[in-house]
Amino acid sequence: MTIKEIFDRMDYGPAPEGNAEVKAWLAKHGQTFGHFIDGGFTKPAATFATKNPANGTDLAQITQGTAQDIDAAVAAARRAQPKWARLPAHARAKYLYALARLIQKHARLLAVLETMDNGKPIRESRDIDVPLVARHFYYHAGLAQLMDSELPGHAPHGVCGAVIPWNFPLLMLAWKVAPALAAGNTVVLKPAEYTPLTALLFAEITREAGLPKGVLNIVTGDGDTGAALVAHPGVDKIAFTGSTAVGKAIRRATAGTGKALTLELGGKSPYIVFDDADIDSAIEGLVDAIWFNQGQVCCAGSRLLVQEGIAPRFHEKLKRRMDGLRLGDPLDKCIDVGAVVDPIQLATITDMVNGSDGDIYHADTPIPAQGCFYPPTLITGLGTASRLMQEEIFGPVLVSMTFRTPAEAVDLANNTRYGLAASVWTENVNLALDIAPKIKAGVVWVNATNLFDAAAGFGGVRESGFGREGGWEGLMAYLKPVRSAKPLKPVAAIPEPRDFDPPTLDRTAKLFIGGKQARPDGGYSRPVFSPKGKHLGHVGLGNRKDIRNAVEAAHAAKGWGKATGHNRAQILYYIAENLSARATEFAARIRDLTGRDGTAEVDASIARLFTYAAWSDKYDGQAKSVPIRGVALAMNEPVGVIAALCPDEAPLLGLISTMAPAIAMGNTCVLVPSDPFPLAATDLYQVLETSDLPAGVVNIVTGSHAELAKPLAGHMDVEALWSFSSTDLSALIESESAANLKRTWVNNGRARDWMGAEGEGREFLRHATAIKTIWVPYGE
Amino acid sequence: MQTLTPSKTQLPQVAHPRNPGMPLDLDWVAAVQANTSAIERRAATLGGRRSVKKEFQAAWLLKAVSLIDLTTLSGDDTWGRVERLCAKARQPVAPWMLEKLGMEGLTTGAVCVYHDMVETAVRALEGTKIPVAAVSTGFPAGLSPFDLRIEEIRRSVAAGAQEIDIVISRRHVLTGNWQALYDEMREMRDACGNAHVKAILATGELATLRNVARASLVCMMAGADFIKTSTGKESVNATLPVTLTMIRAIRDYQDRTGVKVGYKPAGGIAKAKDALLYLALMKDELGHPWLQPDLFRFGASSLLGDIERQLEHYLTGHYSAANRHAMG
Repeated sequence: MTIKEIFDRMDYGPAPEGNAEVKAWLAKHGQTFGHFIDGGFTKPAATFATKNPANGTDLAQITQGTAQDIDAAVAAARRAQPKWARLPAHARAKYLYALARLIQKHARLLAVLETMDNGKPIRESRDIDVPLVARHFYYHAGLAQLMDSELPGHAPHGVCGAVIPWNFPLLMLAWKVAPALAAGNTVVLKPAEYTPLTALLFAEITREAGLPKGVLNIVTGDGDTGAALVAHPGVDKIAFTGSTAVGKAIRRATAGTGKALTLELGGKSPYIVFDDADIDSAIEGLVDAIWFNQGQVCCAGSRLLVQEGIAPRFHEKLKRRMDGLRLGDPLDKCIDVGAVVDPIQLATITDMVNGSDGDIYHADTPIPAQGCFYPPTLITGLGTASRLMQEEIFGPVLVSMTFRTPAEAVDLANNTRYGLAASVWTENVNLALDIAPKIKAGVVWVNATNLFDAAAGFGGVRESGFGREGGWEGLMAYLKPVRSAKPLKPVAAIPEPRDFDPPTLDRTAKLFIGGKQARPDGGYSRPVFSPKGKHLGHVGLGNRKDIRNAVEAAHAAKGWGKATGHNRAQILYYIAENLSARATEFAARIRDLTGRDGTAEVDASIARLFTYAAWSDKYDGQAKSVPIRGVALAMNEPVGVIAALCPDEAPLLGLISTMAPAIAMGNTCVLVPSDPFPLAATDLYQVLETSDLPAGVVNIVTGSHAELAKPLAGHMDVEALWSFSSTDLSALIESESAANLKRTWVNNGRARDWMGAEGEGREFLRHATAIKTIWVPYGE
Repeated sequence: MQTLTPSKTQLPQVAHPRNPGMPLDLDWVAAVQANTSAIERRAATLGGRRSVKKEFQAAWLLKAVSLIDLTTLSGDDTWGRVERLCAKARQPVAPWMLEKLGMEGLTTGAVCVYHDMVETAVRALEGTKIPVAAVSTGFPAGLSPFDLRIEEIRRSVAAGAQEIDIVISRRHVLTGNWQALYDEMREMRDACGNAHVKAILATGELATLRNVARASLVCMMAGADFIKTSTGKESVNATLPVTLTMIRAIRDYQDRTGVKVGYKPAGGIAKAKDALLYLALMKDELGHPWLQPDLFRFGASSLLGDIERQLEHYLTGHYSAANRHAMG
């Protein structure tokens, strides 16, 4: 084409980023890689190819990790861990700082390699992924530096296993490795099968940084390799980012092993546009929401909810914008949408869209003849029940639906199993700040989308997983409180003696559901005896239907979450006051049940109520220092309905220690009190009834922990389940919880000193809250 | 309200009807939104999203040359200075370079001067198709008596200006007096007669992007053929966020009325690279028609020099120097 012709047509033309350096790096390794274990590359064994999805060519041969490879990597990590953890914080900080600097020095090599292996546009790897990686290491160098002084009483888990996805290969590595190393853990990382190369380059970079051998190990391979890592007994914590299906499998696989777990899973994130939004900016936002990284983003704004009055014009403008998107060689600097990661993924997207009954609009833009390309797509006319309205497509496909009112927008937004992220577009600050807290998600962007920063927590609720990455809260996922690890002996109920006297006046302890005392559904009770053989009364045996009723009552009481902290504190104080008035009676009851003096336990219970009354309006969120003009608010929100199997050994204090943090933070709860000594809890009904506690905020179902654990763990409408039971139900609970990926907090058969410091405090508050990061850019 | 008859005189480049304007629609004006942070994000990432290289870059830079309103608006302008500027407009790039590029005959889009220089410029450009644009209406502040501003337009048109760059009364925007802005713009457009009118919003003095968007819309409703960012005299002149705001208003206006309105960023665009960004933004947001001089102009004085150097680099492979190119 002549200059004159271009002058007339004004086409963009090719603008390729060079890849000679990447080719040289691959050649240096003979296009073949082993694992990175104990500071060196292993000899390549059975290999598979990693390909460039934009043109289908093989980039390198990658070794398929075996169980033996995982063994070797975990052993290396184990050897290195104590010394790494013992390093002064400043020493670890220096390593992380060096990694950050080296990432910047090798920024272009990393970006080009990422684009070739993954298919994402070079603009994204160069301007977004790699800078965020460097930022993550800088930020965590800072956390490492401050950890000793700011987080006393915490210790690293030990060896962390990280399994990461192919959509942000290097960034997800950074999200796992930086906090793990900062906290003093060592790491075995399994990169995604499709995209292992930047992790291997990063391994080389750790050598340049002088990172001690074994602190970071990388084992490549497919899902089997990942499963071997997850199953390895030498791993103390698993951090996984990937699909919800695999996340659930990992939850089941690690159940009862005592491994800590964080999961960052899928989403179907709503993108809500109100009629007073800046429409053009909202449309441009969609480009960054669903056509960023070909839509292969867990938090992609993939579900457009647009107010009905503006919907036709919005869709029309959106289609025009879609037509302007440029698909093509991801190494071209003038490309908006690159290649989907693999032909299998392309086929999945294609099948899902072809199977849709909606109105499908494909962007009118040229598509390369070869390579894994799928056009930006908008689907309208779907119902809420449509598969594509509910399921994650993980491709450049946006589904759209309309709403009438703010309340309906919230209902539609929350009408999903997921809860990762959301965008809210409106120029009305009142509306934005009203909607943001109502959306079930870990991250909400106001008039923006896909903003990320190391200082701001990222992560989901519901089936989008649990745990946060980024910020202090992200670091906490790689630490555990230091406390005694004494085993918890099972506490059995006092067996029925041969002879006993009947109680002087029969008192029937029922269940406490929705503010009312209710008979157990099954109609069964069991007698409760003192150690001296005195018949103390009967206790109702709750069953799964009682659990169902209690959970429903707890949901009906969710207005509690909107009560002010001050208001919740008042009620906790009132409970303490009323308990205090009957202290002697409760102390006697405890003595009757357990045979030991109950005075101290009652006193501690009253103090504990005071503790959480105090916390009610003091467990503050944070305003994060993120690099935008605006604020990122980390809000401590209630988890929702928390169920708990209360400690057996402390019949009153255990229940109070569980209930009080939950309700102080605005949760409602379903409590199963001490299995052997339930009557202190049933006595508490009257205290609760006279303390202005709204009906349904606390529900108590007496009965067998072993029997009630399963319906609670599997209940789809329970957001968290805690177990302090002396019956070790940890494995059952964690396994069953995979049904809806509720958060679990189990004792793994370890004792806790309920009378002491470890019986209360921030650890409980963290479990009673979910951090929502609300990004609010501002400026007029 | 006075209705305007569309112009019968066609400027050399004009290929579409002029903007007849429409009644002031205050509901529409009130509904306009502009989210500053979101607009800035779009503007900030544009440079990373678009890139033109090699012969494409050369062609695009030549396109930019054809879109320049080569401008001198200084208190020390003289007839000689304006004549030199016009010579540069006729021959913006060295003949040997244009020959090699196959672009002989390329000129700038227009020459832009103060009223007093119009006659000189018209004479100096005789025999070319280069129009002369005059900044009228008490440029740059627009605070002289209204009847004198109208008279200045008439005089400039009479002196041969084919384009009139008017300045709006910023106070009407800052006080939300859209009716006054509309009426003023209407009257100025009428005074222009067959000359095309560019409305200078002086966006650097309008405080917010929302004001920029609303002022853009009102000026288009009142019949502006072009909307233009700045006089070049404000402390902040053309920026990408302002540009995005204004061209989105142009798009909305076209969607509603079918009429295409032109855009002219002015002031602060001094580098070839910046010009490429603007062209990419116009292409992506408004499309190919806005890459032609009838719908897009750069108001610039030093931009041309940088483009000349880049073009020489393209042709020779050597980085160029300013003294190798004819001064404007």
